[in-house]
Amino acid sequence: MAECHPVGFQWVMEARLRGAKVFHIDPRFSRTSAVADRYLPIRAGSDIVLLGALINHVLSNELYFREYVLAYTNAATLVSKRFQDTEDLDGLFSGFDPESHRYDPSSWAYEGDEESEAETDEMREGGGQHAEAAGSDSYGARGAGASARPPSDPTLRHPRCVLQILKRHFARYTPEMVAELCGIPPEDFAELAEAITANSGRERTTAWVYSVGWTQHSVGAQYIRASAILQLLLGNMGRPGGGIMALRGHASIQGSTDIPTLFNLLPGYIAMPHAHRHEDLAHYLEMEGADTGYWGNRRSYLVSLLKSWWGDAATEDNDFCFGYLPRLTGDHGHYATVMGQIDGTVKGYFVIGENPAVGSANGKAQRLGLANLEWLVVRDLTLVETATFWKDGPELETGELRTGDIATEVFFLPAASHVEKEGTFTNTQRLLQWREKALDPPGECRSDLWFYYHLGKRIRRRLGDDEIDRPAIELTWDYPEEGEHREPSAEAVLREINGTGPDGRALSSYRELAPDGSTRCGCWIYCGVYADEVNQAARREPGSRQSWVAPEWGWAWPANRRILYNRASADPEGRPWSERKAYIWWDAEKGEWTGHDVPDFDLRKPPDYEPPDGARAEAALAGTDPFIMQSDGKGWLYVPSGLSDGPLPTHYEPHESPVLNTLYARQSNPARRTYDRPENPYNPPGSARFPYVFTTSRLTEHHTAGAMSRSLAYLAELQPELFCEVSPQLAAEVGLVNGGWATIVTSRTAIEARVLVTDRVRPLRVQRQIIHQVVMPYHWGYGGGGLVTGDIVNDLLPVVLDPNVYIQESKACTCAVLPGRRPRGQALLDLIEEYRHG
Amino acid sequence: MADGGWISRWPVIRQLKGEDGRRDAARSARTDALRPRTEEADTVARSVCPYCAVGCGQLVYVKDGKVSQIEGDPDSPISRGRLCPKGSASKQLVTHPGRQTQVLYRRPYGTEWERLDLETAMDMIADRVVRTRRETWQETHEGKEVRRTLGIASLGGATLDNEENYLMKKLYTALGAIQVENQARI
Ligand code: SF4
Repeated sequence: MAECHPVGFQWVMEARLRGAKVFHIDPRFSRTSAVADRYLPIRAGSDIVLLGALINHVLSNELYFREYVLAYTNAATLVSKRFQDTEDLDGLFSGFDPESHRYDPSSWAYEGDEESEAETDEMREGGGQHAEAAGSDSYGARGAGASARPPSDPTLRHPRCVLQILKRHFARYTPEMVAELCGIPPEDFAELAEAITANSGRERTTAWVYSVGWTQHSVGAQYIRASAILQLLLGNMGRPGGGIMALRGHASIQGSTDIPTLFNLLPGYIAMPHAHRHEDLAHYLEMEGADTGYWGNRRSYLVSLLKSWWGDAATEDNDFCFGYLPRLTGDHGHYATVMGQIDGTVKGYFVIGENPAVGSANGKAQRLGLANLEWLVVRDLTLVETATFWKDGPELETGELRTGDIATEVFFLPAASHVEKEGTFTNTQRLLQWREKALDPPGECRSDLWFYYHLGKRIRRRLGDDEIDRPAIELTWDYPEEGEHREPSAEAVLREINGTGPDGRALSSYRELAPDGSTRCGCWIYCGVYADEVNQAARREPGSRQSWVAPEWGWAWPANRRILYNRASADPEGRPWSERKAYIWWDAEKGEWTGHDVPDFDLRKPPDYEPPDGARAEAALAGTDPFIMQSDGKGWLYVPSGLSDGPLPTHYEPHESPVLNTLYARQSNPARRTYDRPENPYNPPGSARFPYVFTTSRLTEHHTAGAMSRSLAYLAELQPELFCEVSPQLAAEVGLVNGGWATIVTSRTAIEARVLVTDRVRPLRVQRQIIHQVVMPYHWGYGGGGLVTGDIVNDLLPVVLDPNVYIQESKACTCAVLPGRRPRGQALLDLIEEYRHG
Repeated sequence: MADGGWISRWPVIRQLKGEDGRRDAARSARTDALRPRTEEADTVARSVCPYCAVGCGQLVYVKDGKVSQIEGDPDSPISRGRLCPKGSASKQLVTHPGRQTQVLYRRPYGTEWERLDLETAMDMIADRVVRTRRETWQETHEGKEVRRTLGIASLGGATLDNEENYLMKKLYTALGAIQVENQARI
C-alpha cells in the first residue's frame, strides 16, 4: 500500500501512531514492509491456506463475535441435504461435471430453496449458465421464490447449519499447513492470529487491505470470500475501522465497474441479459434475483435505465425496449476477445487509455490478435505499444511477424489529459470527485466524451431504417455542446446518470425510482449525485472544517454513504456496540437512525421491525438485517448461489506451481478456465525446468504499463530500468551478480532484466524444501513514448482464468532464471522451445 | 549589512561568517524577487490525480494558456495536500514533449505512420464501425435471439471519467457490441 497507494497509506501510519498494529503479508518486501510492525513473507498463491487457518483458529477456539454472527450472518441457516463438501469428495464440491469442468450449484442451496422441483430446474439452469458468464451482484439474491427467512438453528448446533459446515470445511487448515504451504512459521502465524482476534469485537476492529495480489489468481474471487468470512466472524463489517478494502489501481477503475465498460454488466451491477436464460423483460426479472432485499426493486432500476437510453421510444407495450439489449451466450471477456481476434471473428477493436500489448497477460497473444484485425483505433496521450506493435513489436525481431504482412489498419487519436476535460472519477472508496477543466486540450487532442459522442452522431447518420439499426437510431443521444470543439456537456451526462422524475427534475435518491417507466436513471446506484440539480460530486468543503467522516467532500455511492452496511455498527437493538466504535445508532425518540454517516438502512425502520408475511423488497427484511442487498439481509459466510467454483473458499494451487497441494487430491481449481492453444503454452505440470515461483508488482514511481510514467522525465529518472529482485541464495544458485543481467524464462517467452540481489527477498521453507520467488515490476515496454524502455514482464505470464470473473492468474506462475542477457531473434525462440520440451 | 555593498550581501560571505547557511543567509536579491508560480497563475482548477485510485486532490495552475504547476489540494480530506511522486510529476504528464497531439494513420501493410486530419479519421472510423457491424451481425445464435455483433470489441475505461464510460457502454450496447471490457477485469 505504501508502494502503490502512497498517499492513502498516510492513514495507516496515523492509525499506527495511535497504537494500531500493522502486519504486511506479501511475497515481496516493499516500502510497506519497511514500516509495518511485522512483515510476513508468503508463497505467492497460498493465501487461502493462511486465511483458512485464521478462520479455523477463530472457529475452533470460539473466538468469533457470537452476538454479531448470530444476528447478522447466515451462520445459523440450514443448507440442503444434497450439499457435499470438499471434505466428503476430496477436494470437490457436489455438482461437479468432470466433462465440462463446471459445477451445477443447485445442491449448494439453503434448505427450502431447493425443495420445489420446478424451481430447482430453473436455479440449476441459472447457476449452470452462471458458470458460462460472469454474474452480477444480484446473485446476492438466491433466485426467484427464495424466502427471506430460510430455516435456521439459532443454537448453531445443527450439523447442516452454516457454522458447523464451516467448522468441518476449515478444520484441516492448521498452523502446520500454513508452515507447509505458505512458508510462514507457526510462531508468526500465532502472533497474527492473536493480533486479529484481540483487535476485534465490541471495542475494536481489524481491517484487511488487498489489491490485485489477491484477485489475479485462478481462485481470485475465493481469496476475497475467505477474507469476508473472517471479517464477518470477527464482526468487522459495516463498522468504523473494519471492512475489507480493495485498493484499486486506476483513477476510476471503481467507476468503470459501477458504470461498466464490462461485458457482463449494465450500469449499477445489473446483469446483461443472456440468450438462453432471458426471453423478455418479465422473464429476465423473474430469473435475475429474489423479491426480497433491495434487489427486489430491480424492475425500477432496469426500467429507469432503459427509459434513460431509449426515452419515449421505450414504453410498457414494447417492454421498454428490453429487446434492444444484445444478448450474451458465454464468456465475452478480455481474453476470449483476444482469442477471437487471433481466430478472425473480431475485426475491429477500440483501445481507449489502455495498453494490452504491455499490460495484459501473455503479450504475444495480445499482439498476434492486434496483427489479425481489420482495423484498430487507439486513443491515448502517447504512442503506446498497442498502437505501434506493427512497427516495433518483439515479434518482428523474432521473425514471427513482418510489418509488410500485417493488414491491420491503425488509427491513433490523441486524447485529452485529466486537466483538459471535466468529469468525475470514482476513487477506491466509492467516492465521486468532479474535476474542473483547467484549459482546452492541445491540437487534435479530444476527450473520450467528445470522441464517443461525435462518433455516435456520425454512425447514426449512416444508419438506415433497417430493423437492426433501430436501437441506435432511437437512442437518446442529444447533449448540449460547448466551445469551439463542440464538447458535449459532461454535467448533462452526469445528470442523465443521476436520473430525472416525471416532472423532469433531477431525482435525489434511488428510492424514488419507479417500475412503470415514469422515472429515468442511467445508473441507479449513482442516483442522488445530482440531487437538487446540484453537482454533488463537485462539493469541496475543506476536510479541516468537517467531521472525520467528511461527508461534504465529493459524493459516495450509494446515497453518500461512506461505510456500507453500517447498520451493523450498532447491536441488534440499535445501540452502538461500544462508545469507542459508535457510528450509526437508532434514536428512539425521533424514531430514526442517526450517527456520523448516512445510515445504510431504511431511515425509519426500527430495530424491532418484523416483516409481515408476503412482504417484498426492503420491507421483507427485519430491523436487524444490515446486509440489505442480500435476499435474507445476512452477511454470507456460506454462499448458496452466485459462485461458480464452490460455496466456500478452498485452497488449490496455482495452475503453474512447484508445490504439491497436500490439502486435497485436487492440485488446482477444478473449475478454472484454461486456453490450450499454441499462443498460450503452459509450463508442464511439476516441471523441474521451471523451479521458481514468479510474481509481478508495481513501483511507486511508475504506473501500470508505463505510458503515463515512462514518458515523464522525473519518473523515468527515478526508476530507469527493469530489474528483478532475488535473494543472495538464489543469486548464488544461478550465478547472478548484483547489477548484472538475468534472463527469466517461461513457456511463453524469455525476458532480460537487471539483477538486484537483496536479502529483503527471503527464500521460503515450503514442504521441507527451499522455494525461491522472483518478483518483477511490469512497467516497461519497447515504446510508449518511454524515455526508458525494457522487456515486457507480462509477456511471461500464461492466460489461466478464475471461473467467476475471468481474471487472469498473473500473480503466481513458475519460471526459470539464467545469468546474462537473453538471446535475440530465432535464438530466443530456440531457447523457449528447449525449455518447454528439453 | 545595508552598508556593505553586494559583496557583503553575497550569501557565501554571510554563510562563511557563521550565519545559518540554510536560512536567511542563503537569501539573495534574486531569491527575494522570486515568486511562486502558483501566485502568478491566471486560473486555478480543482482537479484529481489521474494515476491511482486514492483520488488525491490537485490544484492545477494555468498561466498564459499553459499549465504552470500542479500541487496537492490541502483541503482534500483524503490527501490533505500530499501527492506521491506520480501525482507530483503530473504537470509533466500534461506538458511533456513526447505527448501526441496529432492524429496518425497506418494503412494496411504500411511501414510508416501518415497524417490524417481528425474529421477524416472520425468519418473513416464511423464507416468501419457501420460496415463491420453489418458484416458480422448475428440475429440469432443456437436458435436464440441475440441481436449483436462479435466483430467489434473495445478495451478501456479505468482511466476515463464516469461520463465517458457511460457514453461508451450506451453506444456500444445500442450497436449490439458486447465485447466491451476494461482494466477492472485484468
Ligand atoms: S498522488 Fe499518488 S497516491 Fe495520490 S492519487 Fe496520485 S498516484 Fe495515487
